[in-house]
Amino acid sequence: MTALAGPQVTTFTAFRATMRRDLLIALTRRNDLLNPLMFFLIVVSLFPLGVSSDPQELTRIAAGAVWVSALLASMLSLDNLYRADYEDGSLEQLLLSPQPLYFMVLAKNIAHWLVSGLPVVLLAPLLAYMLYLPADAYWTLMLTLLLGTPVLSLFGSIGVALTVGLGSRGLILAVIVLPLTVPVLIIGAKAVADASLGVSLGMHYALLGALLALSLSLAPLASAAALKISVN
Amino acid sequence: MSDSHSHNPDASGAAPLLRARALFCERDERVLFSGLDFDLQAGDLMQVQGSNGSGKTTLLRILCGLNGSYEGELYWRGVPIEEDREGFLASLLYLGHRVGVNKILTARENLRWSCALHSPVTDSDIETALARVGLTGYADVICRNMSAGQQQRVSLARLLLSPATLWVLDEPFTTLDVHGVKTLESLLAEHVQAGGAVLVTTHHPLAVPCTLRRLNLDTRRANNS
Repeated sequence: MTALAGPQVTTFTAFRATMRRDLLIALTRRNDLLNPLMFFLIVVSLFPLGVSSDPQELTRIAAGAVWVSALLASMLSLDNLYRADYEDGSLEQLLLSPQPLYFMVLAKNIAHWLVSGLPVVLLAPLLAYMLYLPADAYWTLMLTLLLGTPVLSLFGSIGVALTVGLGSRGLILAVIVLPLTVPVLIIGAKAVADASLGVSLGMHYALLGALLALSLSLAPLASAAALKISVN
Repeated sequence: MSDSHSHNPDASGAAPLLRARALFCERDERVLFSGLDFDLQAGDLMQVQGSNGSGKTTLLRILCGLNGSYEGELYWRGVPIEEDREGFLASLLYLGHRVGVNKILTARENLRWSCALHSPVTDSDIETALARVGLTGYADVICRNMSAGQQQRVSLARLLLSPATLWVLDEPFTTLDVHGVKTLESLLAEHVQAGGAVLVTTHHPLAVPCTLRRLNLDTRRANNS
């Protein structure tokens, strides 16, 4: 282990520096920080207007509505992940770092989740209250979002990495990312709906956890490979 | 003429820092260069020349590993680059067209990050480097509020902060003023005199107090066809 101490320390330093930098950028650009959150709020608040203001009706759709909105909000914020770095050349510097690219991409993804996913998780109970989500499903909602939103960021990162070099991407990002993230939506929304029925939730959590483990271990590798192609 | 590839690179007793053999690159069905061979020794300053679109940037990006669409062989200290990519990247500093300076961050924050990718530096190192490139007092200025030339200087400060042996610089002179050009020229000379190597593309006539090698992609193409 001691022989590895040197390079490990520098990988960790680079990891920390990259995360710190991305957080710094995100906190400076308040708009980017607030946009997904406002979007989340607006979409959820449209359901009572569009569907029905009947509490029973809303209770039925609450789980799905919050989850769909969270997914859309996460899609909206994805663009910030590599776009600016690609345009100003920082991405090339990142790719030419002697550090393992896996960790550098992971650092960026974690920073992105902290500023786009975590606020959604924290705001969710408030919006769930608006939709008359049964009280016993709140913790499930928070927990599934906590497990699920990092997966959205990690899988989304692959799509952004693939499309960052394209001039006009339009829908292509959604076409790439949505199929990857739909399982998270299905399991997450189902878990929240089941929570109010008193069904055991072990399997849902296990599946979400498995998805998180899968995306944590593989998605940064895919993103790294995609970034290399994009700068080529 | 075309020395065999197994030939021992023994001219100076050691393998050259960077060796390119039979590089071939084609873009949009147009051959940019083919059969390109060159060696870069420690202490070499090589200027890559050629008209617009002759493939200078492409060549530099191929050498750094940013562009993978080429044929041929590249060696770093006698070892194929793909076998020791990390070792190569640790000795490489690349400054491209896009300077790699985030406009939202300050000069200090930019440098702190880009240096942390290679080797961490202290705040006083950063200030010394910025002073050398003529940005005294600009450490905490947000880069959006700087001119293009000043942003270029921020990225040049990396040259002073990096322990890299090989500098690959793509048009580093474009936005610099007269003083900036002088500073950069002396930086290049100091680096090669200290045993480093530099590959640079520029249309600017380099005035450096050391030997300057030239690699002209236009004449090579003319000779080949």
